[in-house]
Amino acid sequence: MSASTAIGEPAALRAAIARPAARIGLGIVTLFLFLCAFAPVIAPYNPFDQNLMGALASPSAVHLLGTDQYGRDVASRVLYGARYALLAIIVGDGLALASGTAMGLVAGYLGGVADAVIMRIVDVLLAFPYLLLALIIVAALGPSLLHSMIAIGIVYTPQYARLVRGQVLGVRHTDFVRAARALGASSRRIMLRHVAPNSLSPVIIMATLQAGAVVVETAGLSFLGLGAQPPSPDWGALLADGQNYFLTAWWIATFPGLAIFLVVLGFNLLGDALRREFDPRAR
Amino acid sequence: MLDYLAGRFAQLLIVLFGVSVVVFIAMHLLPGDVATLLLGDRATAASLARLRHQLGLDQPVIVQYWRFLSGALSGDFGTSLRDNRPAFGEVLQAFPVTLELTLSALLLAVAIGVPLGVAAALNEGTWIDTAITTPTLFGVSMPVFWLGLMVLLVFSEKLGWLPVGGLMPIGVHMARPTGLSILDAVLSGRSGLVWQALRHLLLPAATLATIPLALITRITRGEMLSSMNLDHVRTARAKGLPESRVIRAHILRNALIPIVTVIGLQLGLLLSGAVLTETIFSLPGLGRLMVDAILARDYPVVQAGAVFVATVFVLVNLGVDLCYAVLDPRIRRQ
Repeated sequence: MSASTAIGEPAALRAAIARPAARIGLGIVTLFLFLCAFAPVIAPYNPFDQNLMGALASPSAVHLLGTDQYGRDVASRVLYGARYALLAIIVGDGLALASGTAMGLVAGYLGGVADAVIMRIVDVLLAFPYLLLALIIVAALGPSLLHSMIAIGIVYTPQYARLVRGQVLGVRHTDFVRAARALGASSRRIMLRHVAPNSLSPVIIMATLQAGAVVVETAGLSFLGLGAQPPSPDWGALLADGQNYFLTAWWIATFPGLAIFLVVLGFNLLGDALRREFDPRAR
Repeated sequence: MLDYLAGRFAQLLIVLFGVSVVVFIAMHLLPGDVATLLLGDRATAASLARLRHQLGLDQPVIVQYWRFLSGALSGDFGTSLRDNRPAFGEVLQAFPVTLELTLSALLLAVAIGVPLGVAAALNEGTWIDTAITTPTLFGVSMPVFWLGLMVLLVFSEKLGWLPVGGLMPIGVHMARPTGLSILDAVLSGRSGLVWQALRHLLLPAATLATIPLALITRITRGEMLSSMNLDHVRTARAKGLPESRVIRAHILRNALIPIVTVIGLQLGLLLSGAVLTETIFSLPGLGRLMVDAILARDYPVVQAGAVFVATVFVLVNLGVDLCYAVLDPRIRRQ
């Protein structure tokens, strides 16, 4: 992927979000972030408060999205679940971005043995179907929300490493990098100050597209019982709860799933729009 | 071509060696002591020490790795901690269920996705194009475990058209020489069983096919559109060839190379999705086996499953690369 336009250019960014699909995506992502920030204010009930007398109540004016098997308000739990999804993006996508970018920078800039070793590690990680690798890592670390996020971060690291390495190989022989080297700049300074900023656009696009995938994968691990544990209102855990009751109380599983779907759709629409604008091959 | 094959084979060996190291390290990080897991909390210190010695856990790590690797090469990953059966045997028994599910899903995705992509490209910018591409956007964003629950709710519970899960109705027994339900049903010679096998496979396969279907439709449309304006297509039209022949022999054929590659690369997506699909539809496949083994800390089964799936995945990817090299001579020369 080569970026012809820098993602920081306001005109190009405006053009990217001018498309209707991009606006819908941006709207969904903005709403998601708003709900994360104000969940305690908006949520009508405490997401952990149980009321066994009101268990499995269908959606009504009192409980907009109904209640679960312990009488907890589904709407409040879904709202608070958004915070877990955001946390997964920050930890999972953030970890993948940071470690993958570092690996790609070092491999691409230094080349030689460093490149060979790092890229073989990347090849090995890519040799596993992504959820299987996450399963193995969670098996090693033990099931928990944090471990599932770390696992997802490791799973997505190779993709960033490959992308950044490709970008670095593209810019390492440019005049401005040669000039910096001639002026006596250290490899570290050249990588961080000259090479990295010029490789950022595709990384940001990938981070946007991966954000949705990270939400799905983390929720998937929680659904399997390997991520967030009860009584956490993580969307995947809510779905797992609802699975046991979906024939009699459809609302418990339906609304967390809908939330995951909308957030993933939002990030996908936004990521697609950015890619169309900033990646010439995607046009 | 021989040089290319030798290079790819060398890469394959390095990657498989790396896979064995990753799995070995991961299982060494497992919380808790394996000997305690096997003997339980009430075991005496002497019996624990004796078992650790028997399992080689008191040996240096490099020796343990060598034992693991030589065992893996002969398919010996030890016995399951839950039922004392060979771990690799359990994996081999579960694999056909996953294979049948993933292949059925891939078949559905290709059979529907390629014609839809072609139709969208041929009607670019029209309502047909919109009607096809808009659902694909939803398709790629769909959490497969949620979709599975929803289709069960609609088609099994509300409409009662299809079974809730499993491979066969409860109480129906069938010999399973291959482990593939449909093939076993055919081999049994009972048409009723074939029908039941198909009914049980339809919902899980359709659920698992959703994301690959959306991706294949999108890539087919994109590749068709890219190929439509190439010089050789213009020449074919200028020669006066019928439009149907131009589409079939010049546009679609040219677009097929990247489409075939993308289809091959869906396997990782499908194997990952199979873990969740098998859980929802109560299918005794490899994904479900792995998750149960992790939750029960049955590490020999986890090890066997991980090495097996990664090996299959790497071999399929190699096969896709080789197909690509055969179709596109530029790859061989790189």
